[in-house]
Amino acid sequence: MTFTAPVLDYALLAPILIVLAGALVGVLIEAFVRSSVRATAQLFVAVATIVIAFAQLMRVRNQASTTAAMSSLTFDGAGVLFMASILVIALISIFLIADQDNFTAAAAAVPGSLEEREAHQARVRTTEVFPLTLFAVAGMLLFPLASDLITLFVALEMLSLPLYLMAGLSRYRRLASQEAALKYFLLGAFSSAFFLFGAAFLYGYSSSVTFAGIQAAVTGGSGNDVFLLLGIAFVSVGLLFKVGAFPFHAWSPDVYQGAPTPVTAFMAAATKVAAFGAILRIFYVAFANAEWEWRPAVILIAIATMLFGSLVAIAQKDVKRMLAYSSIAHAGFLLAGVIALSKSGLDASIFYLFAYGVATVGGFAIVTLVRDSAGEVTDLNRWSGLGKRSPLVAGTFAFFLLAFAGIPMTSGFIGKFSIFSAAYQSGSVATLIAGVLSSAIAAFFYIRVIVLMFFKDPVEDGTSVVIPSALTSTTIAISAVVTLVLGIFPAPLINFIASTAVFLR
Amino acid sequence: MNPYNYLYVSGLLFTIGAVGVVVRRNAIVVFMCVELMLNAANLAFVTFSRINGTLDGQVTAFFTMVVAACEVVVGLAIIVTIYRSRRSASVDDASLLKR
Repeated sequence: MTFTAPVLDYALLAPILIVLAGALVGVLIEAFVRSSVRATAQLFVAVATIVIAFAQLMRVRNQASTTAAMSSLTFDGAGVLFMASILVIALISIFLIADQDNFTAAAAAVPGSLEEREAHQARVRTTEVFPLTLFAVAGMLLFPLASDLITLFVALEMLSLPLYLMAGLSRYRRLASQEAALKYFLLGAFSSAFFLFGAAFLYGYSSSVTFAGIQAAVTGGSGNDVFLLLGIAFVSVGLLFKVGAFPFHAWSPDVYQGAPTPVTAFMAAATKVAAFGAILRIFYVAFANAEWEWRPAVILIAIATMLFGSLVAIAQKDVKRMLAYSSIAHAGFLLAGVIALSKSGLDASIFYLFAYGVATVGGFAIVTLVRDSAGEVTDLNRWSGLGKRSPLVAGTFAFFLLAFAGIPMTSGFIGKFSIFSAAYQSGSVATLIAGVLSSAIAAFFYIRVIVLMFFKDPVEDGTSVVIPSALTSTTIAISAVVTLVLGIFPAPLINFIASTAVFLR
Repeated sequence: MNPYNYLYVSGLLFTIGAVGVVVRRNAIVVFMCVELMLNAANLAFVTFSRINGTLDGQVTAFFTMVVAACEVVVGLAIIVTIYRSRRSASVDDASLLKR
């Protein structure tokens, strides 16, 4: 028997490998650099890693439309766009994460213990969060490129495991933060078990773990259809869990609320891009010819997700919970792009993911600024009159809310318009109606917050807006500018996406 | 012996695991049930590998074991931390975040 060495195409894998190398350097910094300069060193390494990975991605982007690592990964136009979006979102999230006031000094110490107090007094900083972020980013980069079930599963775990830990690192309300980590972990592990069981049935159906093999088996139609249906159903459960679609959304409000806000921002934005990248690839490539099996179910889930997210968000009194339900509604809107199953659906989804991701990071960045002596103030009632006290911060937040609502002149409008028109062109009128209806409902609760901030009297209870650090200001500024520019001049990006976004089948 | 019987065992294990996750209250037991589900998936992979006559399923089983081991590390770290804070590993006690 001869053994052929695998061809890995290191140049194409380099963006992912660079991020992994940066994460490992971060681990070494934890061990060897003295604590006074550790945070600076970690921030430098993390930012440099992301920038170098992005540069390498730009260098090899013209080699797109090929497979790498023995067809485990597909490096195509859509994949490059997903990777680029993830890297941009990761960069602005890292600026936010660098504001260490949000993280506990001693994650392993019992909340309220002497050990914790000493660590806080000694100004110990949780710099481990940087390598954890980079590991998660590496998994996210891998996730939308994965084109076999093994790689998809490994990437899923690679992006999830660091996030489970990061959710538990909050400095304030630590019990709630640990609870968020526990819930996220248990439900995440539960859903990945579903994913894996489904993957086993897809393998049983097609006797291949690659998407191309599954597609060929679906087209050939010789396999056992029961296995195919079980496989699609269980794999979808695992993937829809990650984006927080309706029946599988239970974790997301709790985790968004409990996790440190910078982590919530990163998780909400980057995970969505990565997970929708993977969903789009598996549905557009592997399951495309079985559309009659899955499309009706996904349409139902999309409609239920949009309506549920928008309706429940109305009742929320906590700003992070409200944004969590709004992100559930957005997951529903994005599923419309999956339903479209067309080139325009893919283009619209990529634009929407990028625009929504950037605006989300900006929105959560503002949430980190409103504080009192016990940490962030997330109770919406205490946000009343914020516009009178600090018009700039409240105005920027209002702008992000309008972008989420999809008001013209913001990127959200262009995103929603293109994704709904793609769904309509594919013949799904029900999705369009539900989408427009839930956008209207969603606009209500976004605008309610704006009214609260600008037209109510301020409450005097020690709530104040802190002066943002330079890094946090950069994040907010970049997000606001991108959201505005994509709202006014979307054509260059739309044309660029339309000319490059393609899944290699 | 008919290899399809192993699929029934796998389905049974998966169901036991899923029911366990839903009804049990101790975080450690819930986690063990998740592991049972992963093992059920592994059994299905290996069985299909035998039925189909390809090796991919067996390779996947090894990957699953490694990933499950990583998951144990992260999971136990979280569960132990929360036990130290609350002196309880019950998932019902952790309910600060429900409004």
